[in-house]
Amino acid sequence: MKLLTHNLLTSKCLKGVTVGYPLGIVAKEVKVNEVDFNPEFISRMIQKVDWPALCKAAENLGQLDDLPPSVVDDYENNEEFLKKAHHFLMEIEVINGDLICPETGRKFPVTDGIPNMLANEDEV
Amino acid sequence: MSGRPEHQAPPEIFYGEDEARKYTRNTRMMEIQLVMSERAVELLCLPENQPCHIIDLGCGSGLSGETLSEQGHVWTGVDISSAMLGVAKEREVEGDLLLGDLGQGLPFRAGAFDGAISISALQWLCNADQKSHNPAKRLYTFFTSLYGCLSRGSRAVFQFYPENSSQVELITSQAMKAGFTGGLVVDYPNSTKAKKFFLCLMTGGQQPLPTALGLDSREGAPNSVAFSQKRDRVKQLRSGKAPKKSRDWILEKKERRRRQGKETRDDSKFTGRKRPSHVW
Repeated sequence: MKLLTHNLLTSKCLKGVTVGYPLGIVAKEVKVNEVDFNPEFISRMIQKVDWPALCKAAENLGQLDDLPPSVVDDYENNEEFLKKAHHFLMEIEVINGDLICPETGRKFPVTDGIPNMLANEDEV
Repeated sequence: MSGRPEHQAPPEIFYGEDEARKYTRNTRMMEIQLVMSERAVELLCLPENQPCHIIDLGCGSGLSGETLSEQGHVWTGVDISSAMLGVAKEREVEGDLLLGDLGQGLPFRAGAFDGAISISALQWLCNADQKSHNPAKRLYTFFTSLYGCLSRGSRAVFQFYPENSSQVELITSQAMKAGFTGGLVVDYPNSTKAKKFFLCLMTGGQQPLPTALGLDSREGAPNSVAFSQKRDRVKQLRSGKAPKKSRDWILEKKERRRRQGKETRDDSKFTGRKRPSHVW
C-alpha cells in the first residue's frame, strides 16, 4: 500500500464513524521502491493530498527524513518539491502492519502490501 | 457445472486459489478482458495524454488494471477475493490493491479518483450471498460511496453481464438514486456472442451517452472471428505437432500407419511434393 493510497483511505464505512480520517499506521515492514516520476500526475495529486496526514504517516513509518512540512507555493513548477512528493507518495510502501481507525480504534491489517478493509456484518 | 457463476457461490469462494489461477491463465479470457478494458477506458472519456488516478472495482487478478497502466494511468484496485488479489500480486501489477466488499461501500475520501472502471464484476452485487444481504441496499451503499469519492465531472464505466432486464433496472435505479446520470451502452446489440453491456455513469450532470459499437449491421462483430484465428495458430505452435497437410505431417502420418501395421508406401523425395494448382 503506497502512502498515496493511505492518504485517501478512511474508515467511514463503519457504523458510528463520522470522519474516520486519517487512519493511523503501525508498520512492521516497509519497502522503498523505484517508481517512474511523472511530474504532471504528482502535481495533480497534490491537490487531493492532505499534506499534514502525509507527514503524520511518514513519521509513523519512521521515514520522515526530508519531507517538506507543507506544500510550497507554485509547487507545479518546483521540480525538487514534486520529486520529493513523488518519493513519499509513490515510492514508500507498507507491506505488513495495521491501519487504525481514529474514532473506534478498529484495526485493518495490511498483509503483503494489501490492506484488508472488509468489515464484519455488525460493523456496517 | 453450467449456469451463471454468481449462482454457484459468493465471489470470494468462487474465485478461490484454483479458479483464480485458471482464470488468469486462460488466454481467450485474457483477450476478451483486454478488449473490454480498453473499451471501458475509451468510454471513460478521460482528458487526452493526462495520467489519471483511477479505481478498478472488482479488479480481480489485475487484467483490467494492466490496461490502465499501459495507458499511463495510476490505479487502485478493490476485490473481495484474496486468491485473485494474490495472483495480481504475483503478476506484479502496478496498482495498489485492497481487499474489500464493494457492497459495504468504498472507504475513500471525497474526490479521490478521476474515474472508475469495472470489468465483469457488477453482476456479483445483485445476489444476496448472506442472509443479511439486501442487494438493493448494498448497491445503493456502493453507488453513493462511489459518487462521493469520484471528482466532479468524472465517470464510472461498468462492463457487466446482466442476468435479465430487472437486474439492469435494479442497478440503474440505485445508481440514479445515488446521484449519477448516464445509462447503458450496448455494443453489438444484434450479436449474441459479441453483445456487451457497459453501464456509463457520470457525475457532472446530464451528458449525451457515447455511441455503441456495431450498430451499423454491415460492421461485423469482431469477437469470435478474430480470436479463433489467433487461437488456432497458437494451438499449432503449442501442441508440438506439425500443421495439417504439410510434408512433415504426411511423414508423421505414414509412420503412424506403419506402427499400426498398415500397408504404407515407402517415403521418397516425392512424398508430400507440391502439386501444381488446378488448371481446368
